[in-house]
Amino acid sequence: MKTTSVVIAGLGGQGVLTSADILAEAAFITGLDVKTSELHGMSQRGGSVTSDVRFGHQVFSPMVPWGQADCLVVLESTQVDINRPVLRKGGILITPDLIDKKDLLHHRSMNIALLGALSRHLPDIAEPAWIQAMRAHLTAAIQDVNIQIFLLVRKSQA
Amino acid sequence: MLRLMTTDSRLLLSGNEAVACAAYDAGVMLGTGYPGTPSTEILEHFSYLGGKAQWAPNEKVALEVAIGAAFGGGRAIATMKHVGLNVAADPFFSVAYISVTGALIIVSADDPGMASSQNEQDNRHYAKAAGIPLLEPADSQEAYDLTAKAIEISERWHIPVLLRLTTRVCHSKSIILRKSLPQPPSAPFFQRDIKGRVMIPSNARGGHRKLRDRLNAIAAWNENSGLNIHIPGDPSLGIIASGIACMHAREAAPKASFLKIKMAYPLPVETIRSFVNQVKRALVIEEGDPWLVEAIRAAGIAVEGKAEMYRFGELNVSRVQRIINQDASPEPVPPAGKLPQFCPSCPHRAVFETLRDLNCIVAGDIGCYTLGALPPFEALDSFVCMGASIGTGLGLRHVLPAEQAQKVVSVIGDSTFMHSGITGLVEMVYNPPATGHVVLILDNGTTAMTGLQEHPGTGRTLDHKPTGKIIPEDLAKVLGIQRVHVTDPTADRDAFRQLLSESLASRQLVLIIARRPCLLAAKLIRKQGRDPHSSSAPKKP
Repeated sequence: MKTTSVVIAGLGGQGVLTSADILAEAAFITGLDVKTSELHGMSQRGGSVTSDVRFGHQVFSPMVPWGQADCLVVLESTQVDINRPVLRKGGILITPDLIDKKDLLHHRSMNIALLGALSRHLPDIAEPAWIQAMRAHLTAAIQDVNIQIFLLVRKSQA
Repeated sequence: MLRLMTTDSRLLLSGNEAVACAAYDAGVMLGTGYPGTPSTEILEHFSYLGGKAQWAPNEKVALEVAIGAAFGGGRAIATMKHVGLNVAADPFFSVAYISVTGALIIVSADDPGMASSQNEQDNRHYAKAAGIPLLEPADSQEAYDLTAKAIEISERWHIPVLLRLTTRVCHSKSIILRKSLPQPPSAPFFQRDIKGRVMIPSNARGGHRKLRDRLNAIAAWNENSGLNIHIPGDPSLGIIASGIACMHAREAAPKASFLKIKMAYPLPVETIRSFVNQVKRALVIEEGDPWLVEAIRAAGIAVEGKAEMYRFGELNVSRVQRIINQDASPEPVPPAGKLPQFCPSCPHRAVFETLRDLNCIVAGDIGCYTLGALPPFEALDSFVCMGASIGTGLGLRHVLPAEQAQKVVSVIGDSTFMHSGITGLVEMVYNPPATGHVVLILDNGTTAMTGLQEHPGTGRTLDHKPTGKIIPEDLAKVLGIQRVHVTDPTADRDAFRQLLSESLASRQLVLIIARRPCLLAAKLIRKQGRDPHSSSAPKKP
């Protein structure tokens, strides 16, 4: 099994780290080897942030090399161009443009909606693992609505 | 088919969490440190697990507290970012000569590439300079295992151990298996050892010789310690690597032979010599300074290193591939991202607008407010290290012509003030510039940049429980500063502007405390039901 590499990008405060945590947790629950990499501190104050998640049978480097990401999820349209070089040829780009506004039941859930779109491209991770991962990383008050959004987007995308 | 593993011992943890987990599992009695990216979460997680964890005012005090705990026979861990070890360097060097009873682990979290730091110093140099054994994990499992190993080494040889992490170990999550770790051999008990612990020169001379004897013994042990792993492969390329660089290299050259070094000081020289003799091309892959390659060459072993250009910044798989290919051509420059900025409605905004409008010369410091150097403010003229704002501001005042000197303001945050600003105030009172001076404490009631940690000025402990509270205005008055003001610039910008103008013109020593809670912290503080500056906050008797 080849290592799958996903990069999640956006601006500090948009939920990039939470999205990466959920993806990593879902891969972990699936029983795969997982590594994530992220930066804290200065970059968290509204600047560009990215988080790398890699999973497979054995992952060495936690960082996704440029031009080798299988999927790139960008939470903020202004951040697409600066992150595009990380994507491999034929890799999947997931942006807010893909999301049907009627599926976005909560205004701060774009990150979860995009994970729903991403999940369609990651056949190794089954739906229950995603749901368990969201329950582990979202506070109780917002779990149900976010899981609903995730499933709506996961199922609505052709 | 994928197998679902659900044992409790399998965890997905960051390197920082893994260090905390091992410390907890090994019965570490005290964790102490000062917040600093990328080290901060170690103590937070240790506390979360139920360990006794404390923020000290700064890293020097943290290490001293940990040394005392280790003298008493307790296992202790002191955590800090790489530049924090500079602050703690005095006790760090001295304790190397002194016998510890309980394990003493110093964690240095280095920041190659400077994701959130002012330099990318390589703290492996400290291990050699002080004579303190060095362990370098490459992922969370190794962070867990090497924390346990550090405790074992420390107690076996009564020596402190440096556990060096880097950003991509600290803030990368990977899977660990939690283990049952050996517990402390005995409960804390004071045993007098004046000759071993009182470093007057007559004792310290013996202490130095004893240190070298111990390092020789540890070096011999390290040859067969099991910490340096030979991963067999194609002998045409043999890679010697440590830390995260080894992970990048294993991906970049999956067929190569590897010698993975987990304990780089004292160096396992014969293990390396034997490995080098077995391969056709021996290449050292290391992040940061050419530290390992120089140490190996100094032992008379011929190895290849990296081009100078790879000393700068982090390594990654692509850069390691370039090193292997001896490619020193210019690297592609990644597109610039959006710079960080003050949060909307951040209380620092009003302060920096005023400093800009009054055309002040601003000696700055470390925290969110360092962002005052960026547009649209560009109102921060220098920043050197923690607490330097006051000293550098005073130095400027001493030499500049009066019309410029009168514009100099030292700007420091509340947590940074507690860390190392207090001695700056002492200097100001002791050696006042002819034009006076203005110090501005930006008191947002938290250590914001590193993620809203408590400090001695918040009156709450690391785990947010009430404790003694240091009040900076009271401290300043006791020190003899003539004019001390507390104000909220966001509430009344005009009044703040006038106060600052008057203070600059006064030719006196002035301390202004601009007090308004960080918006991010305020929410948390409300949740904890405690206002950071209410007079009802409990004081230490």
